[in-house]
Parts: sequence; C-alpha cells; structure tokens
Amino acid sequence: MSARLVFLGRLEDLAGTAEMAVEPGPLDQVLAGLPRELAVALLVDRVRFALNGRLLAESGGITLASGDELAFLPPVSGGQG
Amino acid sequence: MIDVRLAEAPFDPADELTRFTARVPEAGGVVSFLGKVRADSGVEALDIRHYAPMTLPGFRALAQTALRRWQLDGLLIVHRVGEMAPGAPIVLVAGAARHRRDAFAATDFVMDHLKGESWLWKRERTAAGWRWIEPRAQDHVDRARWG
Repeated sequence: MSARLVFLGRLEDLAGTAEMAVEPGPLDQVLAGLPRELAVALLVDRVRFALNGRLLAESGGITLASGDELAFLPPVSGGQG
Repeated sequence: MIDVRLAEAPFDPADELTRFTARVPEAGGVVSFLGKVRADSGVEALDIRHYAPMTLPGFRALAQTALRRWQLDGLLIVHRVGEMAPGAPIVLVAGAARHRRDAFAATDFVMDHLKGESWLWKRERTAAGWRWIEPRAQDHVDRARWG
C-alpha cells in the first residue's frame, strides 16, 4: 500500500493535482522524487504539514508509513466577508 | 447547542435562521452575521477549498471556545465551500443568548477567527483567470482585538 500527499490551495496548481500516491519512506526521500520546483515550494516556512489530519509542530524527521496521508497547507486566505 | 456545518451547495440564510431560532426557545435574542461574495468589479466567481480532516474540526473547536467564553444558548456556523457567484451567501454565524451582548460578542469573535484561522483556501475568477487570495494583515489585527 502507498502513502498519499495532499496539496491545498495554490500548491494544487503547482503540483498539477490535489493528491498523489507515493512510496512510503522518509519524507526527504519522498520529496526527492518530486519535481524540484514543487519540492522547494513545499519546504518554505509558511507551508504547514498535517499528518493524518494532525498539524505537525515541525517538518523534520517525518517518515511516511503505508496508508499515511501528509497534507501541505499554505497560508489560509483571509479577505472576503 | 452547537450546529456547525460545511455546505457544499447554496444555502438559504433565512431558512437556517428560522430553524436555529426554533431550537433555542429560551434565548432572549439571536444575533446573526451573513457574509456574501462581494460584487467587486471583474470578479466572476469565488471558489473555496477545504481540507476535510481539519476544516470542520477547526470550526467545532472555535464554537466550543465561544461557548466557554460567553453565556450562549446556541451557536450556528454554516460555511459554504465550492464555487459561488457574486452575491451568494458564503457564511452564516448566529449566536443565541439570554442577553444580547453575549450574542453580539460571540458572533463577532467567531467571524474574526473564521476569517483568518480556518483551513480554507479561496481563489477568485476574473477575465484573466483564477487567482489565489493571499492572507491579509488586517485579519491578524481583527483577531488581536480578543486578547
């Protein structure tokens, strides 16, 4: 079974997809398999990570297990209303 | 009583308020705020994206915070996701309380926090195509009012 990456907001445009199945393993290794421009955009400070729906305090040392879902959350929009 | 929902399709604010009010018969007052897609020149549509594992749980936590802070009989949050036309309702927040000040304050508090802190991403469409809406400094100022 694979793990899943989820791209929110403008990251979806950059990835060209909202979700992507990847081989489980250390995050560094997973990111190395992505287009360079996308990997760089995922690692900027303002992008938060959530593993299986839980916000992570920091992105270091993550290893994706089979069935895990890692979401990349860019800053949320304010504006409207 | 807390009623917190994401709406995938258009909702009728008057219907929602009627039903909410009927569920809080002991309340002395109901305050509501309706946010609509602004009819800015050139904007043809607004699209709001959410992340299911986090967006609604975040709304519920916010509602609980408001309930602890003010004396409320009920709190309603209905938030649209998906694509909307100018003028369409985006969000309805209503607070019901024995006394109006609690209802006013809780509704205002929830709106300030919904706007800058919820896991929602918005983009708008103009003749030039879709454009993601970035965070505004004003949202932070609005939240800071509540200490």
